[in-house]
Amino acid sequence: MSSSRKKLLLMGRSGSGKSSMRSIIFSNYSAFDTRRLGATIDVEHSHLRFLGNMTLNLWDCGGQDVFMDNYFTTQKDHIFKFVQVLIHVFDVESKSINKDIEIFIKSLTNLQKYSPDAKVFVLLHKMDLVQIDKRDELFNIMMDKLQKISNPYQFKLVGFPTSIWNESLYKAWSQIVCSLIPNMNLFNDNLLKFNRILDAEEIILFEKTTFLVISSTNSIRQQLNGTTTNSLDNLDPKRFEKISNIIKTYKQSISKLRTNFNNLIIKGSNDTQFFIDGLTDNMFIMIILKDSPSKSGEYVNNKEELIVLKNIKSARKWFEKIESVK
Amino acid sequence: MEGMLLPNPKDSNATILLMGLRRGGKSSICKVVFHNMQPLDTLYLESTSKPTTEQFSSLIDLSVMELPGQLNYFEPNYDSERLFQSIGALVYVIDSQDEYLNAITNLSMIIEYAYKVNPKINIEVLIHKIDGLSEDYRLDCQRDIMQRTGDELLDLGLEGVQVSFYLTSIFDHSIYEAFSRIVQKLINELPSLENMLDNLVEHSSIEKVFLFDINSKIYVATDSSPVDIQTYEVCAEFIDITIDLDNLYISESPSNGASNGQSNGEPTCAKEVKSISYLNNGSILYLKQMIRGLALVASINNEDNDEFNNNLTLIDYNVNLFKSSLKKMWENSRIQS
Repeated sequence: MSSSRKKLLLMGRSGSGKSSMRSIIFSNYSAFDTRRLGATIDVEHSHLRFLGNMTLNLWDCGGQDVFMDNYFTTQKDHIFKFVQVLIHVFDVESKSINKDIEIFIKSLTNLQKYSPDAKVFVLLHKMDLVQIDKRDELFNIMMDKLQKISNPYQFKLVGFPTSIWNESLYKAWSQIVCSLIPNMNLFNDNLLKFNRILDAEEIILFEKTTFLVISSTNSIRQQLNGTTTNSLDNLDPKRFEKISNIIKTYKQSISKLRTNFNNLIIKGSNDTQFFIDGLTDNMFIMIILKDSPSKSGEYVNNKEELIVLKNIKSARKWFEKIESVK
Repeated sequence: MEGMLLPNPKDSNATILLMGLRRGGKSSICKVVFHNMQPLDTLYLESTSKPTTEQFSSLIDLSVMELPGQLNYFEPNYDSERLFQSIGALVYVIDSQDEYLNAITNLSMIIEYAYKVNPKINIEVLIHKIDGLSEDYRLDCQRDIMQRTGDELLDLGLEGVQVSFYLTSIFDHSIYEAFSRIVQKLINELPSLENMLDNLVEHSSIEKVFLFDINSKIYVATDSSPVDIQTYEVCAEFIDITIDLDNLYISESPSNGASNGQSNGEPTCAKEVKSISYLNNGSILYLKQMIRGLALVASINNEDNDEFNNNLTLIDYNVNLFKSSLKKMWENSRIQS
């Protein structure tokens, strides 16, 4: 069991938005609620069960200089040992970029010494404060610079532009968390098989509590042969994050009735059908079916709904099996 | 110049007139309710300098007309007589966080004039910006304003005027609730609509049903059971979620770009949107698109889990009946007007 414990360090200078991120992704805060958060004192630990047998130990490290100095001197072996992932947050509006980078270098130095296999993610946060047409340029400049800095330490950086006010936060975190899932390939294989049975437009897997995207048929295909099915090309490329966002809003909305939802079936305009249903205890599945226009009539469609739900039920035991593999 | 903007009294559009002193929050209300603006963004609205009109067509065609607060309506060159004759409801916004004595004097003057010109007018008062008041103080404030307005009207010799009061804020759903009530008073077919919804509830084990305007989240009608604000909020948000998810998978290709039926209210080639969600506590949220940008949203009791499919087919059938009668009703009302 101890091998499935993952230690994530969340670092960055004070006020860069670390605790806000954590609260939105893992504690169901809305972006507006995060204004109430105060400064984090020292390190705040949170233990989150993710996909059943995986535990994320998130170390939210307060970013004030006093604490920071401590991390790099007296506490360094405590903080930087057995780290799987370092998530370093940069405030794009920060006035003292040199100081930010200096701290980043310090943590890279320590990380190389104590856990050289760790993955490093960089989030350029508060992107909403930058003009839209300047965001890409700024992001590229920053990433080039940071990659150059981290080259001597042999870390390959993965960077994301993020903001708590849109879906970019979900995208970043879902990639971070997915990098920790060990049996990803099994999930992907089974998802493709399931898709072959259903002949769906697209299937997406979500983690239940956070609604982060674990996998989707379309992204698997993209990895395999570099192309997508052409009918999905002109869809919104940010749709996964948007779906996460929408479903989380829905969950919050019905929590007013002190309940949760089992499934959601939408028969959209344009002959599309959506099924969102619990797959295992820890996962939700979303299936998008494209109806051929020839099939119509209320009765037939009602039966079809039942068939899809039955299919999801039968898929359940296979996915539960993969989950229990350690 | 102003005469151009005034609605023609013979226009079939029911008009709601939004009035109040300056900085009372009238434009913010319009933006939030009809343009889906985020409440916080309304901080940056400019002061309105001339009357603006919002057209919105749900079951009936409505226009909401907003007047600048600083105008004096009793200047001779202003055609206020025709203006007041043409409107169905007068909504007066009082800022509850400000000194409201001036507003009450202004209100009673307007009421006196409007009532003389058009005795059939509905007078509604929004006691606005209550989000800043504590719970206890809200009721005190309402009681005080009602008392003072009553006294003022009594002094002017107008005891018979019906004035309705609402506590509102743009930061929660109270403004939608208030507008729903106001709009409902203007729909002539409301009693039969409510009757139809009551029938639907009775025969389909539905707990609560709303007929929503998709765009503004105002409910045009509901069944006769009391409105629970939480159910309303959940139902209104359920529409958003359904529409948002649906729109994600409408591809931008030109062949079906025009089939986005929700925004223009006239679903021609697009299929009607329908969504169902089973909740853990055994109830079901049910949404079905109706005519003219309306949607029916119901929360359904579902104790018996095994039978739910049969039950749902029955509800589908009943809702379809409701929809066809809604169509008939709307056609008839158009012929009359």
